[in-house]
Amino acid sequence: MNSSLLAALSRIVGRQWVRHRRAELVTYAMDGLPTHESLPGVVVIPGSPEQVREIIRLLHVVRVPFVARGAGTGLSGGALADPDAVLIALTRLNRILRVDPLQRRAVVQPGVVNARLSEAVLPFGLHYVPDPSSQAACTVGGNVAENAGGPHCLKYGVTTNHIVALEVALPDGSSIRLGSLHGEPWGPDLVGLFVGSEGMFGIATEITVRLERIPQSVRTMLADFSTVRAASEAVSSIIAAGIVPAALEMMDRACVAAVEASIYAAGYPTDAAAVLLVELDGQSDAVEAETALVRDILTERGARAVRTASTPADRARLWQGRKKAFGAMGRIAPDLAVQDAVVPRSALPAIMDQIDGIRLEYGLTISNVFHAGDGNLHPNISFDRRDSAVIARVRSACRDIMAACVAVGGSITGEHGVGNDKLDYMPWIFDAETLGAMRAVRRAFDPTELANPGKVVPVHACREWTAVKSTRTPTLRSGHS
Amino acid sequence: MDRRKEHPHPHASLGALVSDAIFTRLRALLGTTGVERDPHGIPRATPESSDALTLVCRLAHEEGWKIRVEGRGTWLPPDAPADLVVSTRALDQVVSVSPADLVATVQAGATLEALRRRLADYGMWLALDPPGRPERSIGSVVATATAGPLRHGFGPVRDHVLGCSVATGDGRLVNAGGKVVKNVAGYDLTKLQVGGFGGFGIISEIHLRLRALPRADVTLVARGTRDALTAAARDLMAADFLPGALELLSPALAAEPEWVLAARFVGIDAAVQADVRRLGTSGDLNWLPLPADRTASFWSVAARGSLGGPVTLRLGVLGDGVDEAIDLLAHDLDEGLVSAGAGQGMIRWTGDAPLERLRALRRAAASREIPMTLERAPWATRRALGHFGAYREGVGAIVGRLRGTFDPGQCLTVALEGAD
Repeated sequence: MNSSLLAALSRIVGRQWVRHRRAELVTYAMDGLPTHESLPGVVVIPGSPEQVREIIRLLHVVRVPFVARGAGTGLSGGALADPDAVLIALTRLNRILRVDPLQRRAVVQPGVVNARLSEAVLPFGLHYVPDPSSQAACTVGGNVAENAGGPHCLKYGVTTNHIVALEVALPDGSSIRLGSLHGEPWGPDLVGLFVGSEGMFGIATEITVRLERIPQSVRTMLADFSTVRAASEAVSSIIAAGIVPAALEMMDRACVAAVEASIYAAGYPTDAAAVLLVELDGQSDAVEAETALVRDILTERGARAVRTASTPADRARLWQGRKKAFGAMGRIAPDLAVQDAVVPRSALPAIMDQIDGIRLEYGLTISNVFHAGDGNLHPNISFDRRDSAVIARVRSACRDIMAACVAVGGSITGEHGVGNDKLDYMPWIFDAETLGAMRAVRRAFDPTELANPGKVVPVHACREWTAVKSTRTPTLRSGHS
Repeated sequence: MDRRKEHPHPHASLGALVSDAIFTRLRALLGTTGVERDPHGIPRATPESSDALTLVCRLAHEEGWKIRVEGRGTWLPPDAPADLVVSTRALDQVVSVSPADLVATVQAGATLEALRRRLADYGMWLALDPPGRPERSIGSVVATATAGPLRHGFGPVRDHVLGCSVATGDGRLVNAGGKVVKNVAGYDLTKLQVGGFGGFGIISEIHLRLRALPRADVTLVARGTRDALTAAARDLMAADFLPGALELLSPALAAEPEWVLAARFVGIDAAVQADVRRLGTSGDLNWLPLPADRTASFWSVAARGSLGGPVTLRLGVLGDGVDEAIDLLAHDLDEGLVSAGAGQGMIRWTGDAPLERLRALRRAAASREIPMTLERAPWATRRALGHFGAYREGVGAIVGRLRGTFDPGQCLTVALEGAD
C-alpha cells in the first residue's frame, strides 16, 4: 500500500489506528474459517461514522477497494481483504446509542457485540433475539452483513426480521437512511435488500433493531435417539403438530462425544445416535401445554429418554454443550471447517446418511450440530491445516456435501453467507440471469464495485446486465414532500 | 370494439390501428387463448407460464410498449395508461405443496381462496389475511406487501415469502431466493419484489412459508371508545399476551356503533384456551368470544372494508403511536374505515379524499417519521402522489438505478414516486 494513502488514512483516524506492518496484518488474515487466508494491504480502525465516510470517500477518489470487518468471526471468508485492498475494522464503533424500552427498539453502532446488546437491555426485560453461536464475540454489524441466524431463529426469524432501519455509508462515501422505526420500508424494502449483502452495498454505520420481551416461561427438553432418522422424524412431527419451538437443535454422536469429553460436558448421553434440544417459550400456560404435547411426540417417535429443564441453571447446562460444541471440537483436531447448508426438512434423514457416506469416503472426522427445525445443517470437519493433503480432502468433502444438499432442493448457506468460500457453488443454485441481476443490483449501490470485491457473485457466471442511467426520482432534501 | 368507442383515443383511428397491431403480435406469440381485450379495448395478454410472460415483456420492451400489470383486477383499479395489459390471471396454479417442509410454490395469479382451500386439504395454512376480496391474487398481495391483522403474530408479507420468480420489464426471468425456510445465498432480491408494486418486474411464481393449520382459532371482541381500547391493547402487550392478531377497527369498518378491539388466538387447543381464560380475567374490557361460525366472516368483512372507498393507504406507525396517527388521519382525512394493529402498530385507512388532503397527510406523517404508502388508488392519484412519494436524500438515485436495472425500457407503468 503506497505511503501517501497510509498518510491520508492516518490523517483521518490518527496514526495509531492504521496497521500496515506484516505482524499487525496477520491478525486480520483470516476469519472463523481456517481454509482461507489473505493479508490485507492495510487495516484502518475508524472511531466514528464520520471517519468511516471520510475513509470511504478517500478510497473512492483513489479507486482503492475496501472490506468492512467486525469481530472476524464470520465463516465464509467474507471479511478477508486482498493485498490491494483496505480493511476497515469497525470494532471501535461499539456504542449502544439509544434504547427505547417502550417501543422495543435500540440504535447501535455496527461494532457492538451481539451478546452485549442483550445484556444491556436485560434490565428492561428485553433481549435481541438473533443469537449466533459466536454471539459473545460477533458484532451486530457483521450480523447485518451476513444476515446471521442462530438457534432461536426458528421461531423468531433471522437478523433481517429484527432490523428496522439503517444508516449506511455508501461506497462513494455518501450516507443514506433506510427504513423506519416501525419497520415499514420508506419506499422499496432497501433494508431487506441490504441485510445479507455481505458488505458489498456499503457499510452500516447505525443500526436500529427490534427488541423482544424475554418470554414469561421457558422449557428446554433434551431427547436422545437411537437413530438420526428417528430424531429427524421427531422434528417433522413437532412442526406438523402446529408447534413452533423457540429452538430445535440436533447433535449427532460425534458431536456429543466431543462435547462430553470437553470442559463443556452437559450430561448428554454418549451412546445416543442423536440428541435433540427442544426449547419452548411464551406465556406459561401455553408453554405447559406445548411441553406436554412435545414430550408425547418425542416419546412416540422413539426417544429413549426426555429430560426437561425449567430453571435457568438447568437450562443453561443443557444449552452449554450446544453453544460450546464448536469449541469442544477443538479437542479433536487443531482446525475446524464449519460448513453451512440448508435442506428441506423432509430431506434431513437422507442427507445425514449421505454426509456419513462422504465422511467414510474421504476418511475425515465430521461432527454434526445443527438447527434441525429449519433444516440448516452444520457438518463440521476437524482437520490439521498443516497437512496439505488433508486440506484437499476437506475441500472435496465440503463440495460433495454442498452438492448433495443442492440436489435435494437445498441451499448452499443458511446463515454464514457466501463470502469467497462458496462463490463456486452459486451457479449451482442460481442461473446466469439471476446472478447477473444480483451483480446489477450491487452496482445500483456501488457502481464502481469497490466494496468487498470478488465476493458472493461469481462474475464469470453472470449474464451481463446493463442498467440504464438513473431515471429521474424526486429527492427529499430537507424534511419531506 | 364497441367499448373502445366509449374511450376514444385522441387519434382514434391511429390508436385503434396500433392496438390491433399489438393484439395481433401478442396472438402470434401466445395463441388465441392467451390474448383478449380488456373492458377498454386494450389488448390483454394472459400468459400461462413464466416463460410466456417473459416473452410478452421482451416484445413490449423491444417495441417500446407500455405495460399495465394486473393480477385478477380486484385491488388496483385497471386504469393505468398502457398499450397493453399483462395479467397473471392465467398463472393460477398451486404448483406444489410440501406439508413436511411447510413450503408451497404457487403461481402469482392464484386466488387467495383457491390457495387457502388447497392448503387446507393438506392441513396447511398461510398466515396472511390481507385486505380485499378472497378472489384477490397472491401476486397482488406480495407485490403490494399488504398484510392484514395477522401481521401482529406472524409478521409482514416479507416474512412469508421465501423466494419468487420475476419477469423483468425487458423480459428476463430472475429466480430470487429459494424454497427452503432459511437461506442467505446471494443478495436477497426477493425483498425488492415484496412491496415493489411491480416496479421491478412482474412476479410470476412465489415460494411461500406455511404453517400447520391451527387446531384452535378463537376471536374475541371488545367494544368501547378508541382511547379505552388502545389503552387496553397496551396493557395486553405488557402482560405478555401473544395473540395472532390484535386489531382495532373503526365503527364504520366493523359495522358497529363503537370502536372494536379484536383479539385472535391461534394455535394448539390447550394454549388457546389458556389465553382465552386469561384474557377474560384481565383488564376492564368485556371480551366476547365470536361464535366459531362467525369468526371467518368477521375478519372477511373487515378485509373487504378496505375496498369501501377508492383510496387505501397505510401508515407505518408503532403500536403506541396508533392513537396519535388516527388523530392525524381524522384531521387530514377522516376516521371512517380504519384498521390498526393495536399491538405492533401499522394503520390502514380507506376512503375518498382530494389529492391535497392526501399530500398533507403524507407530509404530516413524514414529519413524525411515519412512512405513508399508497396501497390502492385511481391512476390519477397514484401518478400524482406515487405509492411511496419522495425518498430520503440519496435513496432516489439508488431506486432509480434499480428500476433501470429491472425495467430498462421503462415499460412497466408503475408510479412508485409520483409526479409531485
